[in-house]
Amino acid sequence: MPTANFPARFDSLAKIGKFIERATKEAGFDESTTYAVQLAVDEACSNIIEHAYGGENKGDIRCTYRIANNRLTITLRDTGRPFDPEKIQEPNFGAPIEELKPRGAGLFLMRKLMDEIRFDFDQKLGNVLTLVKRIPE
Amino acid sequence: MEITTTEYKRCEVVRANGRIDSYTAPELEEVLNKLTATGKYKIVLDMSEVDFMSSKGWWVLIETQKKCRRYNRGELVLANVKDRIRESLDLVGMGSYFKIYDDMTSAVGSF
Repeated sequence: MPTANFPARFDSLAKIGKFIERATKEAGFDESTTYAVQLAVDEACSNIIEHAYGGENKGDIRCTYRIANNRLTITLRDTGRPFDPEKIQEPNFGAPIEELKPRGAGLFLMRKLMDEIRFDFDQKLGNVLTLVKRIPE
Repeated sequence: MEITTTEYKRCEVVRANGRIDSYTAPELEEVLNKLTATGKYKIVLDMSEVDFMSSKGWWVLIETQKKCRRYNRGELVLANVKDRIRESLDLVGMGSYFKIYDDMTSAVGSF
C-alpha cells in the first residue's frame, strides 16, 4: 500500500495532490474524477492542519491508498485533536451573499465528492480519516 | 503562484496561475484587498491559468464579492474558469454568486 508522510503545513498540499494523482491514475479515473478526489483530499488535509493540529508545523499527515474491490480507498492519519464531524454545520449556500459564513465548506465538499467518508479516533493511532471513491466497471 | 493586476479603463483585471489553496489563497486575498481598499470594486479575475481551487480560494472570492457589491458600487466577475473548477463550484451551489464569462472580452465588456 503506497504510503507517504507529509509535514502538516499548507505548502504540503500541492505535494499531497501529486501523491493522490498517482492513486487516481492507478485506479484509472478520468480527469473529472481525479480532480474530485484531489479536491476532497485537499479539503481534508487543510482541515487537519487548521483544526486537528490548530495550525501549521505541529505534526504530520500520513497518506495511504489502496485499490481493491472496485474502490480507491485513501486513508489520512494525524495525531491532532479529534473532532466531531456531526457538530460541524453545513454552510448555508443559497443564502444571500451577505449572510454566507466561511465554515463547513470543506467537510461538505468531501461528502459530496467522495462515495464514502469515515472518521475514526484512536488513542494510539490518532485520527484516521478514510475516503472512498468507487471505480466504475 | 503568480498574480498580476492590470488597470483597464472601467475595471481591474487580476490574473492568477496555478493552484489556489490554503497555501496560496492568502496571496490572492492580499491582492484583492489592496484593490478594494483603494476604492476599486470592478474586478475581473482571469482564471485561465488556474488549474486547482479549494474552498479557501472560494471564500476569498466570496469575501471580495461582498465588498464589491455593497452599495452596488461594483462586482467581482470570473473569466475562463476551467470546467473541473466550475463543476465543483456548481456542486456546492457557489456558482450563483458570480457572473462567469468564457472570455476576457465579455468579462471586461460587462463593466
